[in-house]
Amino acid sequence: MTLLQVRDLDVTFDVMPRGAWPWTKPNKLQAVSRMNFDLEEGQTLGVVGESGSGKSTLARAIIGTVEATGGQILWDGTDLRTMSARDRRAHRREVQMIFQDPLAALNPRMTVGEIIAEPLTTHQPDVSKKETRKKVGEMMERVGLLPNLVNRYPHEFSGGQCQRIGIARALILDPRLVICDEPVSALDVSVQAQVVNLLKRLQREMGLSMIFIAHDLSVVKHISDRTLVMYLGRQMEQAEARELVRAPRHPYTQALISSVPIPDPVREAARERPVLEGELPSPLDPPSGCVFRTRCPKARPDCARARPPLDEVEPGHLVACPYQEVISPLDTPLSEPAEPVG
Amino acid sequence: MLAGRPAVEAAEQAAHMEPVKGRSLWQDARTRFFHNKAAVASMVILVLVGLFAAFGQFVTPWSNEEIDWALLGSIPEQGGPSWENRHYFGVDETGRDLYARVVQGTRISLMVGIVGALISVVVGTAWGAIAGYVGGRVDTIMMRIVDLMMSIPYMFVLILLLVVFERSIFMLFIGIGLISWLDMARIARGQTLSIKNKEFVEAAIATGVSTPRIIARHIVPNLLGVVIVYATLLVPQMIIFESFISFLGLGVQEPSTSWGALINMGADNMRNQTPWMLGFPLAFFVVTLFAFFFIGDGLRDALDPKDR
Amino acid sequence: MALLDVDNLAVSFRTADGIVNAVNGLSISVDGGETLAIVGESGSGKSQTAFAVMGLLARNGSASGSIKLDGTELLGLSQAELNRKRAEQVAMIFQDPMTSLNPYLRVGDQMVEVLTLHKGMSKRAALKECVAMLEAVRIPDARGRLSMYPHEFSGGMRQRIMIAMALLCHPRLLIADEPTTALDVTVQAQIMELLADIRRDFGTAMILITHDLGIVADTCERTVVMYGGRVMEQGATADLFARPSHPYTLGLLKAVPRLDVDQDELETIPGDPPDMSRLPKGCPFTPRCAFRLEQCADVQPDLLPWQNVLRACHADPEKVK
Repeated sequence: MTLLQVRDLDVTFDVMPRGAWPWTKPNKLQAVSRMNFDLEEGQTLGVVGESGSGKSTLARAIIGTVEATGGQILWDGTDLRTMSARDRRAHRREVQMIFQDPLAALNPRMTVGEIIAEPLTTHQPDVSKKETRKKVGEMMERVGLLPNLVNRYPHEFSGGQCQRIGIARALILDPRLVICDEPVSALDVSVQAQVVNLLKRLQREMGLSMIFIAHDLSVVKHISDRTLVMYLGRQMEQAEARELVRAPRHPYTQALISSVPIPDPVREAARERPVLEGELPSPLDPPSGCVFRTRCPKARPDCARARPPLDEVEPGHLVACPYQEVISPLDTPLSEPAEPVG
Repeated sequence: MLAGRPAVEAAEQAAHMEPVKGRSLWQDARTRFFHNKAAVASMVILVLVGLFAAFGQFVTPWSNEEIDWALLGSIPEQGGPSWENRHYFGVDETGRDLYARVVQGTRISLMVGIVGALISVVVGTAWGAIAGYVGGRVDTIMMRIVDLMMSIPYMFVLILLLVVFERSIFMLFIGIGLISWLDMARIARGQTLSIKNKEFVEAAIATGVSTPRIIARHIVPNLLGVVIVYATLLVPQMIIFESFISFLGLGVQEPSTSWGALINMGADNMRNQTPWMLGFPLAFFVVTLFAFFFIGDGLRDALDPKDR
Repeated sequence: MALLDVDNLAVSFRTADGIVNAVNGLSISVDGGETLAIVGESGSGKSQTAFAVMGLLARNGSASGSIKLDGTELLGLSQAELNRKRAEQVAMIFQDPMTSLNPYLRVGDQMVEVLTLHKGMSKRAALKECVAMLEAVRIPDARGRLSMYPHEFSGGMRQRIMIAMALLCHPRLLIADEPTTALDVTVQAQIMELLADIRRDFGTAMILITHDLGIVADTCERTVVMYGGRVMEQGATADLFARPSHPYTLGLLKAVPRLDVDQDELETIPGDPPDMSRLPKGCPFTPRCAFRLEQCADVQPDLLPWQNVLRACHADPEKVK
């Protein structure tokens, strides 16, 4: 069943120019523009993009802390914006979030037990203290923390453990959707894998849907079923996760893949790595037509004319580029795990 | 975190035991505070001053209103500190026991300082946290009220109040209460603005925690460090403020007294060769203020170790 | 003779919780024009090594052993001599360029100051040199940018300015401490390409400190893997990646999700990075190691040659796979 449908979603922020008077008309910053995607129950959608791509705003619009300015977010078929207050509360309970900086996401003055229990005490205030304690203990065990550490404070834990606490907090209400906003990028390399595996395991066990936001394409590819590539608030490409890396069609996706260095000196030396020139244009004044055209190696004059539609070029593979073609920046054969290590 | 992890690991070895007690940031701060010698010494001094104010009266046979007629004519010659006639600090210009009067002045001055600081902590923190967290129009209106009150020459208003209505300790508290929380509100608001953008607040919002609860559970506890430091520095400020009013002769009313009133009296009598009248209240005043400042410093270091 | 020769370097810090040994007995050498990678996680001592070479240790830290730059011993030099030596020969760039740029001064003024101070150049000549250097790091409209303030640049541009500033005195060694960690991947690729060009054009040797194994594979000839303040494994990058013989290197390589390989489950290194104030007596990796032997916790293994690499491990290299 389709849990979440996003239709033509727009999120626009008012930005006051510097030194403006209170009555000055604010500038419009289009953080997310005409997003479309579906998320099935139990599936993971990866969202990849660089800073300023609007991926975090997208997450906050779905969770409801940022107001959508256009389009629809259909949760179980009901639009978030026209939802009754009661449904809205239920939606809040069913969607939870995991944050980037594990320590900053935990209130330093609260014990781990209080932190994990907070969603429970907020949404089910009539649950007894004993029951709460029991649930917190179970949840801690589930994410690989010892339940007897329940009275400790966040600063007494390592980064990886803090992220486990954040995961426990997000999962204690048995949500249906968990949005992970760069959950591993602040962690040490050796700890990242632990957290990724934990998330994958919990998703399987609890039947969660997940939106996994990251700038690291390799992690996204590893954890998601489908991947969506964003640039300056627009969707560039969307495909099955491995397919997207194996056979990318949008020039931006191709550039992203070629930018990621591969931890294998032999392959790294063998492949071409064209570097994307230039910088992200200002989101206050995005380029006309295709927003990527200012940095696109394939840009043609008519790219400036109209925004390219998101076409389904193959079943399940959507690309917003009329000049799309498959180019694989990983030119050594894929999915042939020729013992990369050892 | 360096220090914290061993404890966690040790706990892991003793798995499935009773819940381990955590070491909160407050406890860490207390440990650091007690390592600061100046602050601890100041703390001891303050406790002594407090004991003096509370129980000092029981050590002397003289009350603060009783006039020692035997000395009245010869205060400069015989009114000095003396064990024999049990005037430990001597007598004042009207022959009343100075020791008893300092005890009484200490009570009033400490009370003024602490009441002022308390009002500022309660009102100022709440005001600033709400304005900062809610933001937008509420913030604008609340902070403009603060600005408006700050722009009133409060000393003038207070003097007017004390002159028009009768001079009383109650009126003094009202005056102090009106102004003491303004700075605190601004400080609390500034801190709130930075705490508000932390991820743990966003996490609470995303969970659906209500606004009053977020302010109470997430904002205020994280404000308290700064608030407490500022409050300890505010106590001496209030004491000075009261002393100034009393020095002008508008403060507490006879036979009540305060450090300010006593210092005023002592200063007036300097030409009469009676230095003790100024010396004793002044010494209490200075030592207590220093103690508060050192404690404030110690608290700041203890609560915010990054600044060292 | 090597350009930089670090022998048996130890860095320790006095803290409230006792002495913390950040680096223990580190020996590395860098030849002119070479790129050396120091790989490690938080608490590995990789950044403290760089700070020790630069003479930039925090006030409660001290270094012992030997750091020879071009044959001159740096440890024990007076601050003034060290400053001069450093300015002429070594430069460092940091993860966050804002920490080393003064936010209140124009970029141009900061760059000119470096040249007038260290090279005794006239202001006019210095200005010309600065423009040339900004052009060398491919900043468009270099002259116009000189009068801008650091916050007016994007993250990638700021890192370029830092690199330009580091290169002003034509150092022979550039130490880059996680230079691209805060940047987006496409910008990271730009900066890494720039660093490679600089190495080619200026013949600068480079120490690249990073946790990203991809970057190492891409740019560095030799690699040192550090953990808990000690060298775990060291050798030519190609050898190290082709046949990691230390359990930690092996674990790291397996724990990274890869773009070019489809994995179902990542292999993990259990546990957390080490707590520097209480390392085990022996090998710091012991508590997390899958190949640990009885003596590991008590006896620190020596860094010994095996095939083409140096490794510090008691376990049989044939079995570490």
